[in-house]
Amino acid sequence: MEKKILLSINQLKLYFPIRSGVIINRTSGYIKAVDDISFDIYQGETLGLVGESGCGKTTAGRAILQLYHPTAGDVFFNGTNLVNQSPEEIRKTRRYMQMIFQDPYASLNPQMRVSEIVGRPLRVHKTVSSKSEENDMVNELLNMVGLQTTYRDRYPHEFSGGQRQRIGIARALATRPDFIVCDEPISALDVSIQAQVINLLEKLQEDLKLTYLFIAHDLSMIRYISSRVAVMYLGKIMELTTSEDLYENPMHPYTLALLSAVPIPDPLVERQRKRILLEGDVPSPANPPIGCNFSTRCPMVTDLCRKVDPEFREVTPGHWVACHLV
Amino acid sequence: MTLLLDVKNLETKFLTVDGVVNAVNGISYQVDKGECLAIVGESGSGKTVGVLSLIGLIQSPPGKVSGGEVLYKGVDLLRLRSEELRKIRGNEISMVFQDPMTSLNPVMKIGGQITESLVYHQSLSQQQARDRALDLLKMVGIPNAVDRLGDYPHQFSGGMRQRVMIAIALACSPDLIIADEPTTALDVTIQAQILDLVKRLQKEITTAVIWISHDLGVVAGLADKVHVMYAGYIVEKATVNDLYASPAHPYTHGLLNSLPRLDLHKKKKLKAIDGFPPNLIGKLKGCPFTPRCAYADERCRQENPELINIGKDHEVACWNFLR
Repeated sequence: MEKKILLSINQLKLYFPIRSGVIINRTSGYIKAVDDISFDIYQGETLGLVGESGCGKTTAGRAILQLYHPTAGDVFFNGTNLVNQSPEEIRKTRRYMQMIFQDPYASLNPQMRVSEIVGRPLRVHKTVSSKSEENDMVNELLNMVGLQTTYRDRYPHEFSGGQRQRIGIARALATRPDFIVCDEPISALDVSIQAQVINLLEKLQEDLKLTYLFIAHDLSMIRYISSRVAVMYLGKIMELTTSEDLYENPMHPYTLALLSAVPIPDPLVERQRKRILLEGDVPSPANPPIGCNFSTRCPMVTDLCRKVDPEFREVTPGHWVACHLV
Repeated sequence: MTLLLDVKNLETKFLTVDGVVNAVNGISYQVDKGECLAIVGESGSGKTVGVLSLIGLIQSPPGKVSGGEVLYKGVDLLRLRSEELRKIRGNEISMVFQDPMTSLNPVMKIGGQITESLVYHQSLSQQQARDRALDLLKMVGIPNAVDRLGDYPHQFSGGMRQRVMIAIALACSPDLIIADEPTTALDVTIQAQILDLVKRLQKEITTAVIWISHDLGVVAGLADKVHVMYAGYIVEKATVNDLYASPAHPYTHGLLNSLPRLDLHKKKKLKAIDGFPPNLIGKLKGCPFTPRCAYADERCRQENPELINIGKDHEVACWNFLR
């Protein structure tokens, strides 16, 4: 079956300028938060984007939605290049691309009632024509995410973290999007609540034919929810393949180390495991290494790695790796 | 095994404008010398408050350790005067906090933060304390330790700061270290480094550890025995192998089933625990897990079960525990 490409990201870069000087304000360098990433997202799939804090995964998600204007590169959504669109056009396109945020405590306006939080996108995008239609839609959305419709007149502070995240999901669904960026939607939630939200996201994907970019640092959860996984390190994608393949046949040394570091909730298995311990810390994205970004911590580093940045290439069909040694 | 810490019916409350929050409701447990006890639970389950209560770190008001005994080597810590407690805290019992970003003093050099307790508790001279601090930094794996003694916390990364915190905790060779989610704020590859360090140190210097965590994966590789907390109660106690192999409390069982596992090949649907943790204001009637429990019956709604013995070193507080 030919898979339809919904989103195509091509050599996307996002650099944040470092300003210095008080009177003469000049740019003294750049934080290379996202540094030349390319991949496609297929219709109906969940692409997992995994990496450690500061690797640029959230910035990548935001740059794709044009919440940051990319420094360079293209983002094609259904064939249209979003990077060239005017702010007015982007606003219209955003109806089809939504976001679920990490922190359910900070991403809902505390002064709005639930009905307003969920109802406003409907009005902004003129998808409803009357107040009563809006009311019906809000009720339907609340039902869809498993909240009682009697909650509609409450304020965010009256809800628990898991319920707030459901409100955030209802808001994202309001405009009937095709594509949702889920930016660490469960990392602020308790363990017993995480599975509830994940199951809800999966059910909604099935019912509404949604496509997700799922950003997270929890590799176990990424494996569970994603069809394909991209591993990011210091602004670059190191490896991209199907979820099964990544865990069974990881090729990049960073992926290997990352996988070996994830604890498994079974003492018999956990005590037998061999860890690949990485030395040191992640370098600063303001001053990345000259060659491969991972060369400063890689246990298999060679002279070539220190000098030349490896190309991100397709090693076997569908399995992309950026490493000289593969 | 010699008994090091014996906690009996510990109770902690917080008096707030909304009412009395029953954070810890009469928990009892023992820690032997050199043993690693993990306390797992979700946020608000009372796991942190429970250990802060042991060493007088609950701010009062609003908090109050309202009952129980904490026998450390036979002495009740709750009855000690604050000067006496201070001689034990940081010396024989030390603590590693969750957030390495905020728990070091930002305007004090790392060297000074380590030597402080050595000079105070062990009456070392400045020079002796500095030598010991250097050894400690080397032991926890900080490169160029000599140069780094004069650095401030902001010059260290998160993982390195947590190593410094561990060095401070180890400074006076304590008999008990309380570690409150020490790896939660860290990335997985850094977490792996810290866990490796802790395991190595525990072998080298036989210190007892109380390790608080919500991460059942981390606990599996580290603990000798595990206590599960829910709503201020310990609901299950078991050795680490028993807990994962045959969880008896529906909550423990639910937690383990709601976790995705990296090593599982087949996609198994996650079984979520319905509902959400209870509000701890006021007295709860019956078992606190009842509203979320698939096995709950009338008795659960009326009476809160006590911990009962169901096997060797395995206790559970449930009327309908799973076999």
